Amino acid sequence: MLNTLMEETREVVAPDLREQYVEAFTWMLLARIVEEKLASLWRAGKIAGGVYLGKGQEAISAAIAVMLKPDDIFGPLIRDQAGRLAFGEPLADVFRNHFGTLTSPSRGRDGNVHRGRPKEGYHSMISHLGSLISVVAGALLARRFQGDTSAIGATCIGDGGTSTGAFHEALNLAAVEKLPLVVVVTNNQYAYSTPNNRQFACRNLVDRAVGYGIEGYSMDGTDLRDCLEVARYATDRARSGHGPQMIVGTCLRLTGHAEHDDASYVDKKLLSRFAGRDCLQIAGSYIQSQQWADQSQIERWKEKAKYEIEEALAKVQREPHSDPKEETWCPYATGVLARTER
Amino acid sequence: MSTTYLEAIREAQKKLLQDDSRVYIYGQDVGAFGGAFKATKNLADAFPGRVLDAPISEDAMVGSAIGAAIEGMRPIIEMQFSDFSVTAFNQIINQAATLYWRTQVACPITIRMPSGANPGSGPFHSQNLEALYAHVPGLVVLAPATVPDAYTMLLEAVEIDDPVIFCEHKYLYNRLKIDRLTPSELTFNHARVARVGRDITIVSYSAMVPEALFAAEILEREGVLAEVVDLRCIKPLDIETVIASVARTGRLLCVDESWPWGGVNAEVIAQVTTRGFHLLDAPPQRLNGKDTPVPFHPNLWNVHKPSSKVIALKARELLKW
Ligand SMILES: Cc1ncc(C[n+]2csc(CCOP(=O)(O)OP(=O)(O)O)c2C)c(N)n1
Ligand SMILES: [Mg+2]
Repeated sequence: MLNTLMEETREVVAPDLREQYVEAFTWMLLARIVEEKLASLWRAGKIAGGVYLGKGQEAISAAIAVMLKPDDIFGPLIRDQAGRLAFGEPLADVFRNHFGTLTSPSRGRDGNVHRGRPKEGYHSMISHLGSLISVVAGALLARRFQGDTSAIGATCIGDGGTSTGAFHEALNLAAVEKLPLVVVVTNNQYAYSTPNNRQFACRNLVDRAVGYGIEGYSMDGTDLRDCLEVARYATDRARSGHGPQMIVGTCLRLTGHAEHDDASYVDKKLLSRFAGRDCLQIAGSYIQSQQWADQSQIERWKEKAKYEIEEALAKVQREPHSDPKEETWCPYATGVLARTER
Repeated sequence: MSTTYLEAIREAQKKLLQDDSRVYIYGQDVGAFGGAFKATKNLADAFPGRVLDAPISEDAMVGSAIGAAIEGMRPIIEMQFSDFSVTAFNQIINQAATLYWRTQVACPITIRMPSGANPGSGPFHSQNLEALYAHVPGLVVLAPATVPDAYTMLLEAVEIDDPVIFCEHKYLYNRLKIDRLTPSELTFNHARVARVGRDITIVSYSAMVPEALFAAEILEREGVLAEVVDLRCIKPLDIETVIASVARTGRLLCVDESWPWGGVNAEVIAQVTTRGFHLLDAPPQRLNGKDTPVPFHPNLWNVHKPSSKVIALKARELLKW
């Protein structure tokens, strides 16, 4: 753990994180199982386009989201199923957006991970990496204009996304404005097939925080406890007026870039370095070692997750798909510009 | 051995790397992985150090290509999807396109843009940005619709001394196939009469050409002979070939899957009407993608862009005029 700006390292207060730990774990479990379902639906040809999963990085995603309050702002990215659920996304929306039902947040206009409810502080990503960071920064700027000084925002990105101009511009802007923005970088070792050494040349991505003049922390993305401690610390710092926070969590992407990708390019050395480092399994063992739950309790959580997933899926399968005849084909919000073209 | 549109693009790049030491390829995942669509498969192996993985930095990818071109290289930049090229818009429009005009130093870069959609691609993996780039003085915009053109026009693109936006259509990648790859007869700056007709001229390009040809087949069964013109080069536009066709048929229907406003169709129609108004027996018509982002759901996507059925329908209307 490293605080790049302050001399001393962040003190590990080891407070009682039991409640958040267990909560985060159940979201991770739900995310893992719902993603398995998505993968099988994709293989069965039930989902058009790509399916992008967050397997292996649920701890990072869930940890940041459980530290957010309902009025905070969250801008998740491709592999944040766990965080999305923890921030309050209904399970049904996961299926809706992958099927493109009329009931999906985008009415079938956009798909898969491209979903959110921006008015509820839950932002909807576009594909262009890095583009969401400044949007979340702007939302925080607005909260400040509106006199709300309690809300913070968090947004996520991958190691590859840090190479965009958009990432750099947004972090610099947020730093200048001293916005309560937490940027969570998940270094899962790959951007599609591109390894870290073809992506950046700094020792650790967290070193960039110094350049932006913001506080930065690294954490072990496979260890939920570490993730929760850092996420809590960073969100507290942001909430108490210390400006943007950068968190870099390290893990391995335990899935292809998307479901069509067998990820055969992944370096064997990395595979062995991360062998046995599945954050979900580690968290499950930790919970048992702390006697917060036993194996049978974890099984019951799993069964409950499966039940909820099947229930949500069954419900969504009865919902209408988007239909050209129900579509307005109008991209304008302004009343006088509204048109319906059939 | 047959060759697909995608393989033709790979073959062209292979030949370029073989024949011209100034050529290198730069783009995300183009190295050992062979690119998101496998357009550079095996090339990194065959040409060590000349097919390089780029960070996710489109602006810098294009900027660096411009710098390398000034020094005498012939870079090929692969955008992972055409949609991501807009994050390099500044470099393309303001730097690459103006370089020669400002300095008399040429800017021979080729930007490969996997364009268009497949079902489920959604708003950000589907765009056809020809018109946007064609709007900019100094850029050459190519859009091959056949396997020979994909091959030949890419070879030509790299030879061209100006920045080339090479729009290759993802829908055609594996769907177009020919038995033997032979080079195109026309040079890049000529439109092609893809089917000779008599009653109506259908102008299109890229993935809309096969669609227009299907429509022409439907129409032929009804006794209508449609002439299909494949633009090939969007900028500069070979309007002579279009006007010559309209002179034969008296009717013009333009088909383009991209957005209507200020689009390629609009430009073709403007040029034909201003120069060949007297040749027209009916007002020229156009079919475009709808004026919304490209939708994700296949049901919506299917009606977002023109289909052969809709083209035939519009042609019939125009013939009644
Ligand atoms: C500006 C931009 N260029 C290219 C892409 C295509 N693309 C989608 S995901 C991806 C890799 C992302 O890697 P990383 O940021 O590490 O996230 P991860 O997939 O590992 O979660 C790329 C290149 C994109 N989405 N945006
Ligand atoms: Mg990554």
